[in-house]
Amino acid sequence: MTELLIGIFNGLSIGSVLLLSALGLAIAFGLMGVINLAHGELMMLGAYTTFVVQNVFRSFGEPWFNLYILFALPIAFLVTAAVGFGLERGVIRYLYGRPLETLLATWGVSLILQQFVRSVNWAIAAGLTAFLLKDVIRWLVLKVLSWKSFDHEKIRHGFQQWAIPAGLFLGFGVLFGINQTANTTLTRPWFSARNVDVTAPKWLQGGISFGTAQLPYSRIFIIVLTLICLAGMYWFLNKSNWGLRIRAVTQNRQMSACLGIPTAKVDALTFALGSGLAGIAGVAIALLGSVGPNTGQNYIVDAFMVVVVGGVGNLLGTILAAMGLGIINYLIGSGTFVTLFTKMQAPDFFTEIASFFATTSMAKVMAFALIITFLQFRPAGLFPPKGRTAEL
Amino acid sequence: MSNLGRRKFILYSSAALGSSILLKACGQATDTTNPDSSSGTTSTPSGDTIKVGILHSLSGTMAISETTVVEAEQLAIKEINAAGGINGKLIEAIVEDGASDWDVFKEKAEKLIDQDGVAVVFGCWTSASRKAVKDVFEAKDHILFYPLQYEGQECSKNIFYTGAAPNQQIEPAVDWLLENKGTEFFLVGSDYVFPRTANTIIKAQLEAKGGTTVGEDYLPLGNTEVTPIISKIQAALPDGGVIFNSLNGDSNVAFFKQIRDAGLTPDKYPVMSVSIAEEEVRQIGAEYLVGHYASWNYFQTVETPENEKWVTDFKAEYGDDRVTNDPMEAAYIMVYLWKQAVEAAIAGGAADAYDLEAVRNAAIGQEFAAPEGPVTMNVNHHLSKTVRIGQVREDGLFDIVWATDGPIDPQPWNQFVESTKGLGCDWSDPTKGEQYQI
Repeated sequence: MTELLIGIFNGLSIGSVLLLSALGLAIAFGLMGVINLAHGELMMLGAYTTFVVQNVFRSFGEPWFNLYILFALPIAFLVTAAVGFGLERGVIRYLYGRPLETLLATWGVSLILQQFVRSVNWAIAAGLTAFLLKDVIRWLVLKVLSWKSFDHEKIRHGFQQWAIPAGLFLGFGVLFGINQTANTTLTRPWFSARNVDVTAPKWLQGGISFGTAQLPYSRIFIIVLTLICLAGMYWFLNKSNWGLRIRAVTQNRQMSACLGIPTAKVDALTFALGSGLAGIAGVAIALLGSVGPNTGQNYIVDAFMVVVVGGVGNLLGTILAAMGLGIINYLIGSGTFVTLFTKMQAPDFFTEIASFFATTSMAKVMAFALIITFLQFRPAGLFPPKGRTAEL
Repeated sequence: MSNLGRRKFILYSSAALGSSILLKACGQATDTTNPDSSSGTTSTPSGDTIKVGILHSLSGTMAISETTVVEAEQLAIKEINAAGGINGKLIEAIVEDGASDWDVFKEKAEKLIDQDGVAVVFGCWTSASRKAVKDVFEAKDHILFYPLQYEGQECSKNIFYTGAAPNQQIEPAVDWLLENKGTEFFLVGSDYVFPRTANTIIKAQLEAKGGTTVGEDYLPLGNTEVTPIISKIQAALPDGGVIFNSLNGDSNVAFFKQIRDAGLTPDKYPVMSVSIAEEEVRQIGAEYLVGHYASWNYFQTVETPENEKWVTDFKAEYGDDRVTNDPMEAAYIMVYLWKQAVEAAIAGGAADAYDLEAVRNAAIGQEFAAPEGPVTMNVNHHLSKTVRIGQVREDGLFDIVWATDGPIDPQPWNQFVESTKGLGCDWSDPTKGEQYQI
């Protein structure tokens, strides 16, 4: 009995990591039809935020250090939501309705973000700030001009043409200027390509003992975190005004726009929300594994499988798919099927197949095979969107 | 909006592209705080120099590890040059980036040999990169020095291996575990050639010596979900036992974090690792590894005067917070072994360092007082090395808990695996060569 409970717990714990990493992706994919290949890198940014927050709290001393993870969650949410917002405003909004281009553009962004954390130092940060300064200047100038009766459109157009070259010039100038000073504190990478170490606070180390097995606190923490995120998402989408607008835009963009819903704002907000969830997933995976430039890559494929199996834009489908995949992965990989079949005295054929797939890497192969089979029968996932409401 | 939007998008994306290229360039630029570590040649005029090639990944996934090895090699070259070079000639290093891409390794090896005309190449980390350049060195009959412990089952006339063969790392570790930690083994590895070959050797050895393999599992490279493995270990070893770990890279972090949280402590479930050294401990976090074991020929805590000097010199060159480890030590000593071989060849009548046949013959039998203790180049182009087992302590360094009395002779062909049992390798005798029946 305890074995069964532990098996279920383990399956759920794998599933909740999958769910947490897929939730933000599912929202962007489902509600907006955007395939965001940079989602893994947003998780990575969340994990790095955890690392930074941890280091800040370490300097505060003992009682505070134990609580750093609680501060890391909202900070990671805000940081990745901000990056996601910038990503939507800067790249994705030009590509709605063109999934292939979105795919390529977000893949490029993911490579940039990976290289960014490898290389970022004070010089690059200063250059980037100088580059973004142009937007502040533009905003200020247009703000001031709107009070006077200048030819507003002409000036805005002028900015359109010159802002980016000027920003690049400014940014590169600052960057090279600082690099020339050869001050090593300014040119040393903050994180470099090496993985960094995030230590769980004391109260998340160890676990509850059950006979020979032990339920790790970090896993319980992640499961609770997933539940909170789900409840939050549910509340936000179904009870809040913005949730109502998001659902309206999803169902019929033109009609919503006609009725005065600011669809562009809704898109940006939805994307920022999905990105923020990626940040929270990043905090969670920092507790389980390593934090490095490639961290996000390890989760993105699994997250996609969950979204594809779950069906488009459906919270319940995403939940069921994540838990299903988690449990299947666990049962095959841990060899539970082998023991089960041996006990049931099933034909040798089944036992042999089960033991052939009973390693973690083969379980992945089996899971893929099952997903492909499943998609033959339900190509749009567990809960396909019905009728003409789908906007894909 | 589409027309203006598209133009704006092109502007934005070109800006993004431009800055990404720039970031990459800066990433490389920031690595060059020490002018010697940059790609390209050190500025000594040629003619009175001996050119050598350094071929490692300075970018890509292996850069993390391989750059440390490059630093060790450059330190050795710098020391030799400061002491007057080789017979009065300075060494000029040409550094090439293999970019963690095995085809690039091949191209760069050809470039170093054909265009730069180097006398020797120091290089490679992964077995895949070594196998890729092996053909090049054999076809051009040139010399490669290779610094990593590896899975064996190879013996090339043109490669000198200064890391451990399996009988100098894996096999003694298994023996020590059998004697001190129990006879029931669970094998965990990444799913590629080194762990699978290593585990084949371990299983054959356990069978021969009275141990049992209670389970075996492989994680895809980079995978971080180890819950199924933990369940398997708990089912197969309910009362504790030995875990033999040949995981590589990121998976190690996940593995050590999660087994500790699941209650698998080092007193009941000691983990023996073969690819975790000081640098990796630092990245995983020492607190997750305290009490576990690793098997190497060299640890930073080895107590020899040579090591004391080397660690001091290394920290003086690259920073006090740096650590030294086994692959770096093997990379450092191989430069000296090559230097001695050149000197011996010239003393024996060779014209210069570019007389490759003479250098290769003279390399056999070279001895060196290495930080790890005395090493000797054997007829099979592998080094006799001391084997040590270390236990991770809180500062991230290793307490050496066991060591062989002296250097152990290398066996590239494994003596536990059926297909290579009884085979040897001898490049000093033209009748024997790569494979002969002992």
